[in-house]
Amino acid sequence: MELTTIWFVVIAFLWIGYFALEGFDFGVGMLLPVLARNDTERRVMINTIGPVWDGNEVWLLVAGGATFAAFPHWYATLFSGFYLPLLLILVALIARGVAFEYRHKRHDAQWQSRWDMAIVVGSLVPALLWGVAFANILAGVPIDADMEFTGSLLTLLNPFGLLGGLVTLTLFITHGATFIALKTVGDIRVRARALAWKSGLVAAVLAVVFLVWLQVQTGTVASAVVFALAALLLLAGVAAAYVGREGVSFAGTFGAIALAVAGMFVALFPDVMPSSTDVANSLTTTNAAATSYSLRIMTWVAAIFTPLVLGYQTWTYWVFRRRIGTHHIPTAELASR
Amino acid sequence: MDVLDIARIQFGVITVYHFLFVPLTIGGTALVALLETLWLRTHNPDYLRLTKFFGKLLLINFAIGVVTGIVQEFQFGMNWSDYSRFVGDVFGAPLAIEGLLAFFLESTFLGLWIFGWDKLPRGLHNACMWIVHLGTLASSWFILAANSWMQNPVGYRFNPDSGRAELTDFAAVMFNKVQLVTFPHVVLAAYMTAGAAMAGVSVWLFVRRSADHDLYRRTIRLGAAVTLLAGLGVAVSGDVQGKIMTEVQPMKMAAAEGLYETSGSCAPFSLFTVGTPDGTQEKFSVTVPCLLSFLGTGSVDGEVQGINDLRATYREEYGADPGATYYTPGDYTPVIPITYWTFRFMIGMGLLAAAGSALLLWVTRRGRTPSARWLGTLGIGLPLALLASNSFGWIFTEMGRQPWAVFGVMTTERAVSPGVSVFEAATSLIVLTLVYAVLAVIEVRLIMSAVAAGAEPFLEPPDPGRGGTDDPVDDDAPLAFAY
Repeated sequence: MELTTIWFVVIAFLWIGYFALEGFDFGVGMLLPVLARNDTERRVMINTIGPVWDGNEVWLLVAGGATFAAFPHWYATLFSGFYLPLLLILVALIARGVAFEYRHKRHDAQWQSRWDMAIVVGSLVPALLWGVAFANILAGVPIDADMEFTGSLLTLLNPFGLLGGLVTLTLFITHGATFIALKTVGDIRVRARALAWKSGLVAAVLAVVFLVWLQVQTGTVASAVVFALAALLLLAGVAAAYVGREGVSFAGTFGAIALAVAGMFVALFPDVMPSSTDVANSLTTTNAAATSYSLRIMTWVAAIFTPLVLGYQTWTYWVFRRRIGTHHIPTAELASR
Repeated sequence: MDVLDIARIQFGVITVYHFLFVPLTIGGTALVALLETLWLRTHNPDYLRLTKFFGKLLLINFAIGVVTGIVQEFQFGMNWSDYSRFVGDVFGAPLAIEGLLAFFLESTFLGLWIFGWDKLPRGLHNACMWIVHLGTLASSWFILAANSWMQNPVGYRFNPDSGRAELTDFAAVMFNKVQLVTFPHVVLAAYMTAGAAMAGVSVWLFVRRSADHDLYRRTIRLGAAVTLLAGLGVAVSGDVQGKIMTEVQPMKMAAAEGLYETSGSCAPFSLFTVGTPDGTQEKFSVTVPCLLSFLGTGSVDGEVQGINDLRATYREEYGADPGATYYTPGDYTPVIPITYWTFRFMIGMGLLAAAGSALLLWVTRRGRTPSARWLGTLGIGLPLALLASNSFGWIFTEMGRQPWAVFGVMTTERAVSPGVSVFEAATSLIVLTLVYAVLAVIEVRLIMSAVAAGAEPFLEPPDPGRGGTDDPVDDDAPLAFAY
């Protein structure tokens, strides 16, 4: 396999990791006002992702860094072109990241409800906008012969892009619900399970419409197979949530998101950012890539360190494997430490 | 204002802001890990109280350091897309490796440390913070290697066909001579800053809480000693850095002194100057004879090139105008008052903080218990002086490189995103500045109330032993730590 192809796969893998992992912590954030009825329950939810959300977010940073290094033109065109949506995502990620850490620092209902708002909006905005961004990348955006994006914010807010946003939004909500059902005990768990299969059905309908639309536009046989498998996994996850098999339902939504992202990259290849202005202007794995020397160095580094990262991240999930209930939340006095 | 102006202001604002939190994190993780190790070794409850107390302050800082770091990575593509296209090969690789090696390590093991008190054996829990510290060092290494390449581009060739800089020697980039001296300089400055923060907070509490004199005395002396020792290293590495800078970026050294004409031997260094704002006319100054020659060349007889000669050399080498319309064509000179004063403030603030730390060691010598309230105020001033010193250092090194983004290779003007509108860039600058300002207010208040509360009384933490079936921790007990 060519080095550029390998790096296309690596970047796909990083985005898969990002969406499959941070997808559920976005979902948990968005469901805060839906599943929790009081402050203790909100804290139960936040603490299910407390030790891991930051590690999940690093997948995004590494995906961005790897794109910068392996496909500088892709990074440059994408980040300067999708400027305002990315700015919104940044502000959202800043707000929710700080909120997790600062929310519990003061025992003041107004203080906490403001940070709750930051968590909800900070999770919802990226959950929506990542879908819009990826749908547009897949459908193609106006790019000129100098590889510059020539559209505006409104170019991105087309029906297909917005549908993509709704798909990620509902998928992440469902993924968050299956995660909460798996990680909590008590009333929240019951509510999460009930919500998971309902939101899962909505997500499934939206996702199928989106994927068929996408398949008609740019799909290949390979991407069709992957998308079909993703849809099946999502339905399996929904069914498992319905009958109360929480582990299976979380595995279902996890696998569905992973495969859907994989399918999008399969559909994209060998382009990385197709141009809707002129096919000749499209950024591809070849014309957007770094030199092979640079890619070779990074391949070595990635080959050595990726297994290590996967190892210790998995271990973290093992350390924090226990379900959390309201009785696990320390009282105000203890929590101040 | 055009996009370039706005992008430059934004880079300055968000980078200086981000770097307020970075040194406290680099040094703070080491100090908190050290306190926890001391607790495990001595079983003295004081050290656990101090670990928790400074751990709490560290986490308040860490949160903003993490989220503002995301902006750092995104903005190269957003505001500096032509830069990203041009240098992605060389500059992107360290950034990607930084993410994979350092960010995963920091975020994962910090999560384990925060939430793992009742889940991990004590030694392993302590190891987590040491690993986080290792992550911060790895992060520093790669990002400083990337920055050093901008100061002194090595290990690459310019490919005229693709119009891009291409990596040819990764080791040369990793062990760039600028990098080899910048890394210790920055990391030691981080230890200095965190040590000063620890000593400063401790002395503020020391003069107010007589019941905890023994507790805070430990961290006054530990923090002050770290600040002094690291400060010595900062001075030594800074001195070497000055000589390397004279060699690879002579214009920056000349601009640091505002030296227009090439000196003969024994060039003086001015401590203070009153002159016209552009530095062309000197009205009054206090100078140390031969010091500039010594700083720049290591010898009091060394010749230091002046700005005018360097300008002529650069014009010959790079042409009268390498596409620069933004800067005065063929000028090749940074803004002299900025380089002149930031260089002096960087050194001056650092010296002040070192002197303050020495004073703290002196007044607490052999069990003395000073009670003067002004010592507390001095204590709070110490980390502030060093945060200012760090900022001035970065402003000096980045502004001193202008008009280049990559020295001798790419001007800043050419680095900016051609497709971004003034509206987009201005929105970004305004929004991020406002968000950062709000966060700063919240952060300072939280720090102040956490400091005012002081260290909690000792509470034996759970000891999960080595885990497994004999795990003594009750499954239904409240979490040792929860958000």
